[in-house]
Amino acid sequence: MRARSIGTFVAFLVLILIAWIAVKFIGGDPWRPLGAPPGTAAFWTPPVRWPFANDQNLPHIWTIVYAFGQPFQRSADVTLAQYLFGASLYTWREAAIGFFVGTGLGLFLATAFVHSRLLERAFVPYVVASQTVPIIALAPMIVFALGQGVLSVVVIATYLTFFPVTIAMIRGLRSVDPRAIELMRSYAASSAQVFWKLRWPASQPYLFTALKIGATASIVGAIIGEDTGGIQAGLGRVITTFNSFYITGPEKLWAAIFAAAVLGMAFFLCIRFAERFALRGRPPVADA
Amino acid sequence: MSDRTPIPVVRLQGIGMVFSVGDQPTTVALEGIDLEIGRGEFISLIGPSGCGKSTLLRIIGDLIAPSSGTATVNGKPAAQARRDREYGIVFQAPVLFDWRSVEENVRLPLEVMGYSSTRQAERSRAMLDLVELSDFGGHHPWQLSGGMQQRVAIARALAFEPSILLMDEPFGALDEMTRERMNQEVQRIWAQTGTTIVFVTHSIPEAVFLSSRVVVMSARPGRITRVIDVDLPRPRTDETRESERYFELVTDVREALRGGEHDPDRPAGFASARRTAGEGAVG
Repeated sequence: MRARSIGTFVAFLVLILIAWIAVKFIGGDPWRPLGAPPGTAAFWTPPVRWPFANDQNLPHIWTIVYAFGQPFQRSADVTLAQYLFGASLYTWREAAIGFFVGTGLGLFLATAFVHSRLLERAFVPYVVASQTVPIIALAPMIVFALGQGVLSVVVIATYLTFFPVTIAMIRGLRSVDPRAIELMRSYAASSAQVFWKLRWPASQPYLFTALKIGATASIVGAIIGEDTGGIQAGLGRVITTFNSFYITGPEKLWAAIFAAAVLGMAFFLCIRFAERFALRGRPPVADA
Repeated sequence: MSDRTPIPVVRLQGIGMVFSVGDQPTTVALEGIDLEIGRGEFISLIGPSGCGKSTLLRIIGDLIAPSSGTATVNGKPAAQARRDREYGIVFQAPVLFDWRSVEENVRLPLEVMGYSSTRQAERSRAMLDLVELSDFGGHHPWQLSGGMQQRVAIARALAFEPSILLMDEPFGALDEMTRERMNQEVQRIWAQTGTTIVFVTHSIPEAVFLSSRVVVMSARPGRITRVIDVDLPRPRTDETRESERYFELVTDVREALRGGEHDPDRPAGFASARRTAGEGAVG
């Protein structure tokens, strides 16, 4: 990422935070000091009351920030930040395994389809159909079939990753200039050489676009999978738990959502950096 | 002429090519082509759009198989010659791999053919010297001008010392000035390497300037209408382009092109009327 795009991102983030505070200032609940016991006098009373901006629906930013430093539940000895970090890491591990398996599966399918029109015609419709089934409907079935546990979660993450990789790589592996194929033919190159020296490098920009989609999708898959898969340690369970205790601590769910977003972005950025490295020396294109 | 020797590198006998795409009427792209090309010759194929000159080049290079007739290269069927790596090919577009540096592009055929890495380095250095791009080995193709990219393509085509170089309108996409400079360059490379060159072009001046023989073709069906010997002394220079004999030969070729059945909506032989790709199969 270039300095300018980071700058733009930060500027926009600041804008969102200002808007958030402004909404709370105009239409939120009365402002009370952080961590103060109930009944403490308000130091600011907004002129109007918007239901969507009350402390239940839209906690103060500082309440969320403050919650990160507090124990994640009464009498717990780790803070919410540590707890979320641990959960994120756990979820990321599942997502990453699913991501790698899904990428491998996608590459395998795309390579097979590119080399055989018959396979392509027979199987691509099923690959597409597989993605029209909502993951929430499919996740319980996978858990029924494979049992509760990490395996089910990984399979669900895989399921969401392989599709963009397959579709993009069919395109990518075919993106070569037909004259380049003729050139390789004039060298009497083997099909393995045509693949590794031409098709594969030519497909890399497509691959990385798909991997960036796959990275974020695998996180979503893992979070959904953890919920149905009965995994206790990951973000999925954290989100469900905080969701059911929303009344007593809305800021915790917000914090968990924030953690999930950061996790997705971090994974995305990892791929972005790998892309930068892998595609160095190629003609410059716009960042994505 | 001194350019020609009696041993044929390419022998074409009764080559015919018929294209039929779907329910389109079949197109007779080539009919009854007989041609012999001697070792070290520089042959130009010239003709109106759709006369099948690119198709003929592809048949020589075994990129497509003819519908009838035989193409023999160095006494072998064209397919065998291709497997024996007798061909260097240069297209109108440079077709460089943009993820490879210039030097790595020149190495590409050598890698495919399993040259040792020292030999690869040697050959790629020699070829970049030949096309006078030694200082650009580390650059990437997209950082070079069109003319320089085409020189890289020539270096790549010659890297493995093929016995015959096939060039399909290699300078068609370049401006006139660059084109004339590239013509000088190709002449020098041809003299230096002694490679047999078959050169497809739309440009009469280019064909006359470069060739030892100009093969004039007519369109639909593509046939050879005349073969014109170019007896201009070598090396040919800018003065050659102003000599009387040069003009006579240019006129000869032009008249030969007019004499053939030409494309009614495209006057034959005008280099400037050339677009890029599109012509594909029958071009």
